[in-house]
Amino acid sequence: MQHSITGSSALSARPCFTFYRPSGWTLAAAVVALIIATPILTILGFLFYPGSGTWQHLADTVLADYVINSLLLMLGVAAGAGSIGICTAWLTSMYSFPGRQLFVWSLLLPLAIPAYIIAFTYTGMFEAAGPVQEWIRESFNLRYGEYWFPEIRSLGGAISMLSLVLYPYVYLLARTAFLDQSVCALEASRTLGCGPWRSFFFVALPLARPAIVTGLSLALMETLADYGTVQYFGISTFTTGIFRTWFGLDDSVAAAQLSGLLMTFVFVLILLEHWSRRQARFHHTTNRYQTLPNIKLPPLMGWIATIACLLPLFFGFLLPVGQLTQWAIMTFSEMVNESFYELMLNSFPLAGAAAVLALIPALILGYGNRNRATPLSRFLVRLSGMGYAIPGTVIAVGVLIPFGALDNSIDNWMLKHLNISTGLIFSGTVFILLFAYMVRFFTVSLNSVESGLAKIRPSLDEAAKTMGYGGFEILRHLHLPIMKGTLLTALIIVFVDVVKELPATLVLRPFNFNTLAVRAFELASDERLADSSTAAIAIVFVSIIPVIILSRTIAHSRPGQPQ
Amino acid sequence: MNHWIRLLISAFVLTLLSAPTLAAEEVNLYSARKEALIKPLLDRFTQQTGIKVNLITGKAKTLLKRVQSEGHNTPADILLTTDAGNLHAATAAHLLQPVDNVTLNAVVPQNLHDPEDRWYALSIRSRVIVYSKERVKASELSTYEDLANPKWKGRICVRSSSNIYNQSLLASLISHNGAKQAENWAKGIVANMAQPPKGNDRSQVKAVAVGICDIAIINTYYMGVMLQKDGPQKKAASQVSIFFPNQDGRGAHINISGAGIIKDAKHKENAIRLLEFLVSDEAQQWYAQANHEYPIKSGIPVSDIVNAWGYPFKQDTLNVAELGKYNADAVKIFDRAGWK
Repeated sequence: MQHSITGSSALSARPCFTFYRPSGWTLAAAVVALIIATPILTILGFLFYPGSGTWQHLADTVLADYVINSLLLMLGVAAGAGSIGICTAWLTSMYSFPGRQLFVWSLLLPLAIPAYIIAFTYTGMFEAAGPVQEWIRESFNLRYGEYWFPEIRSLGGAISMLSLVLYPYVYLLARTAFLDQSVCALEASRTLGCGPWRSFFFVALPLARPAIVTGLSLALMETLADYGTVQYFGISTFTTGIFRTWFGLDDSVAAAQLSGLLMTFVFVLILLEHWSRRQARFHHTTNRYQTLPNIKLPPLMGWIATIACLLPLFFGFLLPVGQLTQWAIMTFSEMVNESFYELMLNSFPLAGAAAVLALIPALILGYGNRNRATPLSRFLVRLSGMGYAIPGTVIAVGVLIPFGALDNSIDNWMLKHLNISTGLIFSGTVFILLFAYMVRFFTVSLNSVESGLAKIRPSLDEAAKTMGYGGFEILRHLHLPIMKGTLLTALIIVFVDVVKELPATLVLRPFNFNTLAVRAFELASDERLADSSTAAIAIVFVSIIPVIILSRTIAHSRPGQPQ
Repeated sequence: MNHWIRLLISAFVLTLLSAPTLAAEEVNLYSARKEALIKPLLDRFTQQTGIKVNLITGKAKTLLKRVQSEGHNTPADILLTTDAGNLHAATAAHLLQPVDNVTLNAVVPQNLHDPEDRWYALSIRSRVIVYSKERVKASELSTYEDLANPKWKGRICVRSSSNIYNQSLLASLISHNGAKQAENWAKGIVANMAQPPKGNDRSQVKAVAVGICDIAIINTYYMGVMLQKDGPQKKAASQVSIFFPNQDGRGAHINISGAGIIKDAKHKENAIRLLEFLVSDEAQQWYAQANHEYPIKSGIPVSDIVNAWGYPFKQDTLNVAELGKYNADAVKIFDRAGWK
């Protein structure tokens, strides 16, 4: 067995015990996966309640709409976010052109804007009653209906909004993958006569496929979980349907059935990602690294590349933030006061803690499955990762129910045996909120850990072991340096996601505890866009800082690059 | 790494700090009314009584689930929502207790509180018709029922039926006219829509102003808020007028914001005092002035903007509990009618 050496190594006796006994890892992984899957299982549990006639009613009336619209939305976002993300990642990692240094990090900026904020902002600008169309009407003396203008609140509009804020997921992972590729493969393809396009399509793209598919699946899961945008644009999807069924028809069983159907979509996504990874093992092709060539583009091509990178940055960030800034200047004095700083103080540590908390179980599961994955443990891992595609409110309810039951049973037990009432221990605390974030964003961390681990060939571990390295040392000196970039990516995406997170925060937060997202949404959903802009901008700027750290680290994390 | 450890520790400290402290004089409020539209009143209450109000805001139905899952240990004393449907859902789930309070029973009209005294209205909102001053004459308008008339084909804007205000409006039609007629009405409206439902009530006003449609169905206070501040919203709102339907019959449809006391409330006395405060003249005036809603009792002045639309007007006297009773039926009818 490949683990036989480490058990006897005196050097690593203590840490190795936990890290390298496969049964321990597998068990820990299973327990962690089960805990994280609890809210999802709770929701699915509703499936076994006696149903009413609601499902039939849904099937007769609106179900087809939900399915078709959700599918179209996903296809649209996959095409939009995918093409933007891959193109910009390829351009910025392989070529030098005007502004490249700037684009490397600034292309990540749209990640900082919550989808509902960009939806509100674009609607404010481009709706029929907005300033742009009004200008058209006044300048050309037209009336509404006498000129063509794209309807922003439509399926196409929703696809555009979501693509603009979600492409950074693809960009981020694709770029990391492009940078991690050994340049040798590309050189080999060149010497074999492949031009730049062929090298891209037949060498670089297939090598980067696991990362790209991971990025896409994150973007699509977020698309499925989106509620704010589709609701505001009046598009019936699974999420709006779940809300309507649960809260309008007051039928939690039918809502769970809808959630179940949604989860099958997610499962297909996950399978697709895994299938894509399994097609080939994408370990490092070689360990010889050279500085990437950074081919200098001729002036015309260079400027085309600049424009290609500028467009998503402009529409995904500069334009909406410009509008928000204009609103914020109008309302700054009214909206920024002590309570505003309190919001910031609430939001940041919360997001930081959530990011770390989501990474720990991801590491446990990642390693647990790497050493010895059984079909059951693999299934549990997939199940626990589904939170990312489930609307925050549904997660929140799934978290509330088991914790409420746990709290009340502890209380009952303590009352009965010790005559002490413990009340609610978890419910209504930051703990339960952090747990919900963990459930919701766990996939992000797990995917990063797994794609990081996939880069480490098992033979590397074995080589290290034959050289007498213990498990802990292998982790520290071998895995950590290789995975640093991906782990940081995980931390930062979760951080930014939590700063933006809304529905679960709304339901689960403790008394008198507000975050920036809550403030921004409460005002924006009342169409007090101008008033909500200060909080929205704060979210954006808060998220920018980690995004910049991230991009710097990616630039430096390439093996063989001077640190 | 140290940095993250510190963050973790601060998160735990936060956990401890944010657990509700056991001060004697406090009351815990779960509110579906947004912070900006309730906090000033709560601060005033604390000033007057010394009772601290702890607040969580959120969507009504999820707050309700939270109370439910917290069980008898729930810290919530009061559930406050912005429509009767959700209060009805709370009573159906046995989450509220009867409050036999003289003040509340005297102040809140019979049709605006639960027949078993488990919740009370705190303010009234009316769902009415707005019309383009340019393209529609008030004399062309009459009732909600008339909006299904083919003469309005392609001329009506209204928001999604996922919105509870629309659900309550249809529930009132079910209660008055029966489910069959209500469904025909919903189908008629869908046939008359100028565009698929999108945006909220303010968007509908803007759509009428721009010329996408000629009339829209909205809650009045949105118009009030749009009109109170200079800017594009005010410009849009000044191009439309408000029409109170069914004035020759049962009156315009009304809904309420209201509150009830949780069955397991730990601070029942304070909770009652807060409800009494919220129906006091001072609080009623605040609702009327700050958010342009209608007070639940006569003699309270409404805002100037609201007054200009005509006040008092004839209100539907249907007990608002009925709106909750027919909520699920209304949603199903909307689904069948194809009202998105």
